[in-house]
Amino acid sequence: MVIDTRVCVGCSACVYACKSENAVPEGYCRDWVVQETKGNFPKLTMENRSERCQHCENAPCVTYCPTRASHYAEDGTVQINRSLCTGCKACLAACPYDARYIHPDGFADKCSLCHHRIEQGLKTACVSVCPTGSLHLVDFNDPDEEAQKLMAGRIVYRQKEHAGTGPSLFWISASNKPGA
Amino acid sequence: MDHWQNFSRRDFIKISSLFLAGSAAMSSSAGQAFSGLGQSGSDENSDRIVYSFCEHCFWRCGIAAHVRDGKVYKIVGSEHHPLSQGKLCPRGTGGIGLLYDPDRLQHPLIRETKGGKQYYRKASWDEATGMVAEKLYGIHEKYGPGAIAMLHHGFGVSFFKQMFSQIGVNKFAKPSYDLCCGPARQASVLTYGYPSGTPEGFDIKNSKYMIFFGTHFGENMHNTAVQEISEGIRRGAKIAVFDPRFSTIAGKAEHWLPIKPGTDIAMMQGLMHVLISENLYDRSFVQHHTVGFGELWDSVRKMTPEKVAEITEIPADAIRTVAREFAFNAPAAFVHSGRRTNWYGDALQRIRAIHILNALVGNFKMPGGVVNFDKFVLKKPKTAHAHPPYEKSVYSRYPFFPDDEPSNTIASHEIVQQAISGEIKALMIYGVNLPETMTLGRETAIEALRKVDFMVAVDVLPAEVTGYADVVLPECTYLERYDALDAGRNFRTPFVALRQPAVPPMYESKPGNQIAKMITDKWGMHGVFPASVEAGLDKTLKMTGSSLEEIKKTGVIVRPETDLYRKPGVALNLKTPSGKIELASSRLRAAGFDAVPRYTPQPEAPAGFYRMLTGRKPMLTFGRTANNRFLGDVATAKENEVWVNTETAAKHDLNNDEYVHLKNQAGVVSEFPVKVKVTQRIRPDAVFMVHGFGHTAAKMTWAYKRGASHNQLISRTDIDPAMGSVGFQNNFVTFIKEA
Repeated sequence: MVIDTRVCVGCSACVYACKSENAVPEGYCRDWVVQETKGNFPKLTMENRSERCQHCENAPCVTYCPTRASHYAEDGTVQINRSLCTGCKACLAACPYDARYIHPDGFADKCSLCHHRIEQGLKTACVSVCPTGSLHLVDFNDPDEEAQKLMAGRIVYRQKEHAGTGPSLFWISASNKPGA
Repeated sequence: MDHWQNFSRRDFIKISSLFLAGSAAMSSSAGQAFSGLGQSGSDENSDRIVYSFCEHCFWRCGIAAHVRDGKVYKIVGSEHHPLSQGKLCPRGTGGIGLLYDPDRLQHPLIRETKGGKQYYRKASWDEATGMVAEKLYGIHEKYGPGAIAMLHHGFGVSFFKQMFSQIGVNKFAKPSYDLCCGPARQASVLTYGYPSGTPEGFDIKNSKYMIFFGTHFGENMHNTAVQEISEGIRRGAKIAVFDPRFSTIAGKAEHWLPIKPGTDIAMMQGLMHVLISENLYDRSFVQHHTVGFGELWDSVRKMTPEKVAEITEIPADAIRTVAREFAFNAPAAFVHSGRRTNWYGDALQRIRAIHILNALVGNFKMPGGVVNFDKFVLKKPKTAHAHPPYEKSVYSRYPFFPDDEPSNTIASHEIVQQAISGEIKALMIYGVNLPETMTLGRETAIEALRKVDFMVAVDVLPAEVTGYADVVLPECTYLERYDALDAGRNFRTPFVALRQPAVPPMYESKPGNQIAKMITDKWGMHGVFPASVEAGLDKTLKMTGSSLEEIKKTGVIVRPETDLYRKPGVALNLKTPSGKIELASSRLRAAGFDAVPRYTPQPEAPAGFYRMLTGRKPMLTFGRTANNRFLGDVATAKENEVWVNTETAAKHDLNNDEYVHLKNQAGVVSEFPVKVKVTQRIRPDAVFMVHGFGHTAAKMTWAYKRGASHNQLISRTDIDPAMGSVGFQNNFVTFIKEA
């Protein structure tokens, strides 16, 4: 995904759309919104961003899962096989992004990148709902033009790259000048 | 009748016992609709998709409700509806939280007194509507139609208006006029000769420069506007925000100008001064299409940036910069009139000043400027029943109250006052939670509710207002009913939208169209409404060349885009007295008001107190969503916080996340404590809290005691003398630390 924080208003439409699409139990969520303000009155800057599992190329949750419940799917996303999951929480401890929770029914749960929708040619619930068009689902396996177009010439970052996880979420920084 | 003796006749009743037994049983199964057991994924093919429109705010976006096994399991934005374009804000998705709210009203209730104690008993629809029909008719016979009034909020009210027309009652008020859209509407009438609409008439999509005064898009999730502003940011449009608080939109802005609250008109005058004195205004447009330029210049001649800087606490250079950038980007630039910005008693003049700024740069009906979107023209079948003539078409005593809005003939605070004075004997309250709505504050609202001889509440939830009713009629939610057709939104592509049920009404709740019909039937007035609501809709749609069957497929009929822009050399022919844009309003002058806006200082905070500002969270619409567990189930939605500047917090020894009580200038102490948010994002002389929290109705089990009520802390209101809107920001609070 490429997430354009220049336009995100932090409304949480993505969070609620995910909750109803994926029947996420009360008290939990698979995606969430961070609002970060820097500086001192009146010189302030703000970034809003929608966060979720980063579907890492080198995912610690997969490495440390003792039962192979956490695994890479064919499309490169990180998925959880619920029937193999014992709810041991090794993945929760391993994930540097705090993207997982233990479902009340006893298994680890997180963003699946709406694989059931993608299989049907649909976009994820969060991408579909977003009123600001901040969220972009791109296929990095393709020599994809859309991703390049979105990011070219702009300040783009990934989170905790130093952890060596190879996260698949790219953020267009809110610090980009208007029209960049 | 001595009303004083009657004062405490109607005690507040907590809707209880009977009602609870049912709801407890329902809550576990209803809760599953959104709490789920993790059956991840939907099979789009097995879903039934019902296209309708949302009721969580006045924007009324198109929705697609996905139904499976008789339950709405998700709601997404309708791809067919021009206002949603497949997208939706959190509240739209959150419709399931209202539909499956375990606290919903389930049966009609009637107030009883036994052994000096008041309680509600469950009643049949026949008995409850019979009592409403009898009481309303009796009061109408005894005191005349002017003794009955209706306060309403929500699209479903049309049936009750039609019901009341049968006995000549048309004293109707919508609090949103007083609090939100009224001044913008009337300022537009006085300046341009037509009322402003929803979405507001700004060509955001093509704009290069947008100025916002305190209106906070991104926290107001007005779907289409937010979509277009986001597109503007991507295009490189610049934004300037005047707001005492670093709002979300301020976070997107090139310039955030933390203006001193209450000084907006001075700032607008300063901007006008720069535009005129630096010759940046559109001289030719002003000459040909406006009147009153000389008078305007006289009124702002002395409002130099330096003088305005002293008043507003914004540096003179910043004022010049914004004015110059505005002019440079014009006509693809605008100052937005905002929404719900009635803070002081001067809202009409404040929004007039915004329109004047726009007129000065000649952005009227230009790409990226001010435009006038069209509505879908819906032909309506003649009503079979002629109703008795109304006593008046307007009951408000404010000279610039609209005279062309049959659903809004008096300000809601005037209804409150007439209820207290005894002029109004009976009230129907449709979807307005009066004690928590900013119409003269909580105490006054409760006094009015206690005073009237008869009150009937039509509502979905056991909100505070229902506890004061003699009869409570449980309406089903917007997801369970048909309503009138929505042709009331103005847009680039005019449209008419259908509200249709996704699922049948739960419990014993009924749609408004049936409730109103039952009451007219009790009056012996048959044939007021069509045999069925579907038949009525179909008849109307056939006059437009469509049908109910056809519109049900997509929920909307959309007309092609209209031409929004003016042509060079063509007169505007506006419906103002001069036919031109009135920089100086001849109508205001004739009625004894200032023809051009003038800044007047607002009272300052007492020592140790801070001006109380208000607004909203993007996932909530005040009372509408207060009890919505689905929407409440995200950390930032659970309660309201009081925002306090770091410096101010240090003075009062306040820590972040600490709970305090607030006390206002009149000594009112918040019933519940509120969490402190220590932040750099607000001026040191003001605090901010989201409205719609701190509920006292125990049967709204989610909302009860959650956060603090902003409404409770309003002891002073300032009413616009020209058009009757209510300002409430001359209230000041201080902090009481928990012992």
